[in-house]
Amino acid sequence: MAQPANPEASPWLSAAASAAAQSRSTIFEMSRQAESAVIDPRDAGGFPSGWRRAVAARIATLNALPELAAHYLAGVTDPALRGLADPSEMGRDARERSVITFMDRVATQPRAVQAEEIEALKAAGVADANIVRLCELNAFMSYQCRVLAGLAALKGASA
Amino acid sequence: MSRVVHRFTRNVPDWQPRVTPVDLTKASPEQLDALKVTPSNTKVSDYVLVLAHDPETLNVRSPLFNGIMYDPGGLSRAERELGAIGASVVNRCIYCAAVHAARHAQLSKDTAVTDELFANGEKAKLGPRDQAIFDYSVKLSQSPPAVTEADTARLREAGLDEAEIVDLILSTALFGWANRLMHILGDPVRKDG
Repeated sequence: MAQPANPEASPWLSAAASAAAQSRSTIFEMSRQAESAVIDPRDAGGFPSGWRRAVAARIATLNALPELAAHYLAGVTDPALRGLADPSEMGRDARERSVITFMDRVATQPRAVQAEEIEALKAAGVADANIVRLCELNAFMSYQCRVLAGLAALKGASA
Repeated sequence: MSRVVHRFTRNVPDWQPRVTPVDLTKASPEQLDALKVTPSNTKVSDYVLVLAHDPETLNVRSPLFNGIMYDPGGLSRAERELGAIGASVVNRCIYCAAVHAARHAQLSKDTAVTDELFANGEKAKLGPRDQAIFDYSVKLSQSPPAVTEADTARLREAGLDEAEIVDLILSTALFGWANRLMHILGDPVRKDG
């Protein structure tokens, strides 16, 4: 990393700026739209944007991407929500604890996730539509973390 | 006896959702738009009906998927499938692995590569270029992702140029996404009959 990144700037901008990635500029533009759909959706369901940013920061941290975590955390002002970005914080009530436990599992051990874990979310009062929203947020973050990690290893290798 | 499929296969199973799919007769205009339902196209899979619970994401996701896997130039289509399979092996998404192994076999007119992948998983032994691609996709799919500049250098030694490496990163990362929907929100089940 040549210079300290501005945490407010879209992480896709610097990713797409590399010479090799320019051949796929439409892919990076669509990726930016996908980020907007999972972080700032028109219908956020049970998970408002501040909560989504905090959890996105948490997943970036779990993926060892501190700059990406800082990008998401910069958009979270509520101290109670900022706490969720720390992987040692497991949620403020029983429902949130079950949601955060699920998000950590899907982020770090997707292969091990069982049907019972979806049932546990339902038992905690999370509606089906919200379960899908959680999975899309988590799945998108997995994608973004891996694109950025791969491009960082490419940029470093060509320098 | 459970119908859930636990072993990798090229025979694409059915997919049984763990949450209730959107009821097409009760779908909102935004959901119908994201589902691309038209009078002549009313067949929608349970998987897509599950994703229609989040229509805004579904709507941007489909063109992104198609772009990464099918846009011309760069990495060959079969090699993009190999990246997808590497992610699906790490994340043990039996359904995704089946669909993309079948596609790899069709595109490359060869079943030997996917036979070896399914027999030996992350330890599969392949030809030099396929090996470099598969090993890279396995490392990128770890949590946290485990690729370094040395892994990029190995891809170059195997003959991949920058644009091909970008395409491999994108197709592998995309299946970090797809696996976390398909493998988490449903089970692969043997087809009836």
